[in-house]
Amino acid sequence: MAFFEARNLHKRFGSRVVLENVSLSFEQGQVSGIMGPNGAGKTTCFHVLTGLHKPDRGEIELQGVSIAGLPPQRIARMGVSRSFQIMNLFDDSVVIENVMLALPEFRARRLNVFGGVFDDKALVEAATDILDQVGLAARAWEKATSLSYGERRALEIGVALAARPKILFLDEPTSGLGTEATRRLASLIRQLRERYTIVMIEHDMRFLFDLADRISVIHWGQVIAEGTPAELQANKWVRRSALGEATLA
Amino acid sequence: MISLADIPSRSPVQAYGPVALLALALATAPWWLPAIGLYQYLGVEVAIWMIFALGFNLLFGYAGLHSFGHGAYLGIGAYAFGLFQQNVALSLWGGLGAAILAAGFAGAIVGVFVSHRRGIYYALLTIAFGQVFWFSSMKLYGITGGEDGLLGIPRPPLTFFGLEFDLRSNVALFYLSAIFLLLTVLILWRLVNSPFGRVLQAIRQNETRARFAGYEVWRFKWAAFVISAMFAGLAGGLFSMAQQSAYPDVMSLHQSGLIVMMVLVGGGLVSFWGPVLGVILYFVARDVLGGLTETWLLWYGLMFMAMVMLRPEGVAGMLHLGWKRLRGGEKPAVLAAEKA
Repeated sequence: MAFFEARNLHKRFGSRVVLENVSLSFEQGQVSGIMGPNGAGKTTCFHVLTGLHKPDRGEIELQGVSIAGLPPQRIARMGVSRSFQIMNLFDDSVVIENVMLALPEFRARRLNVFGGVFDDKALVEAATDILDQVGLAARAWEKATSLSYGERRALEIGVALAARPKILFLDEPTSGLGTEATRRLASLIRQLRERYTIVMIEHDMRFLFDLADRISVIHWGQVIAEGTPAELQANKWVRRSALGEATLA
Repeated sequence: MISLADIPSRSPVQAYGPVALLALALATAPWWLPAIGLYQYLGVEVAIWMIFALGFNLLFGYAGLHSFGHGAYLGIGAYAFGLFQQNVALSLWGGLGAAILAAGFAGAIVGVFVSHRRGIYYALLTIAFGQVFWFSSMKLYGITGGEDGLLGIPRPPLTFFGLEFDLRSNVALFYLSAIFLLLTVLILWRLVNSPFGRVLQAIRQNETRARFAGYEVWRFKWAAFVISAMFAGLAGGLFSMAQQSAYPDVMSLHQSGLIVMMVLVGGGLVSFWGPVLGVILYFVARDVLGGLTETWLLWYGLMFMAMVMLRPEGVAGMLHLGWKRLRGGEKPAVLAAEKA
């Protein structure tokens, strides 16, 4: 039994089939990658795995427990956390509050109608610790909108980490980042891989091949290949369909 | 446009000044209102509408849920208070309790239907339910008195630990309303700065992210609706005491629109104190501008339109920005407050 497993997932929107018989498995402690061309169904796959969309058919299990069709908030509470391709933050809030809101200990106090928030030292420390991990501790008390694009990407990951996930889904974390910011993000993911199980969709092939233990290639809503980066690099069909010769040369 | 996060509402210290100012204004109102050519009953009205507006802004400004039928819960509170006095017992606490519970109960039922919706669908549903209540008040003649409403609702005395205070004078009723207003301010201030309140604000900003952070969003939206309806019910109970009647117009669409205008013009979208400023501005327009011209509502409406188009942050936001500019555009105070 894999740590996280999806079997025979189907998803269609109207007459358009987006996922067809998709099966994926992610092992604990590994970085798994999902790649494929635009429109292949990668993000829809993430949406289905994390509860934003219900699968039409198929099974999804986290440590043997079925989560298929559950709403995202329940899946999140079970330990599945994610970032988004299009940034999804609490923009009016300060950076630290973005992280605090995702902390399980904050969630446990959600019905407290008279307690304080920022005067709770334990909460502030826990959130600061997360921000430290993603390199944003110094910006903790600034508004989320005042961060640079790369910092906002890091905050997205921080918010996902704050939930203390069992598995972390990152949807195109390098999207829109420059070379330097991508290098910093790679370094962050290298640190995180020691503590978290990570799955990421990525278009930057060098980034993905450098970090991932295993990669699944999705095309036309199906998994067309799986393997280690080395195995995929040797797969001629994959190179032609999704990666481009130049990228991996 | 600035947001609620720009105007500090975190530290209790920052509440003391405005609360003290409000308390002082309320405590001395019976002296200065006649001195500036106004009348005592105006104070009662203003206090009641402030309670309604502050409660409404929990939903509108903090949770970002645009209810356009909230007058219904003011009306339900008014009817419940009147019906309690006329059919159960002559009791202030009983009547106000009935007003709060009836409005909260109605809000709880409506909340179940609307809380799974957002945007225009949420707004339209709240209008629809508001109209259902309004129509019911017109047609359930045996209970509500139809178009005439409930007339001759008494003002029961305030009994408190064996003491009894007569509330038949407007000054006495004003002080009772002012005490309830201060309690409303304290309760809501704590609420919006509590974990519950912060989650509400997070939902306003990004409902999807809130769900992925593990929150049952619809339950928070439902709770905000119920709490807001309960404050509307309290305001309605006091309103029925003030008017000594309850009638369909109290819960009409007009009242629902009025509270939205007050909160928006005052700056409820960006400040806890926006609704307070909005209520003051409305009554100043009605009683001062209204003394000069019969078309005062037209000018108020035009001001509302101009505000929405040009200064959506309202009076509170303009004051905040003006104050910041005066102090040389320093770093927002919120940051310092958070760090402290």
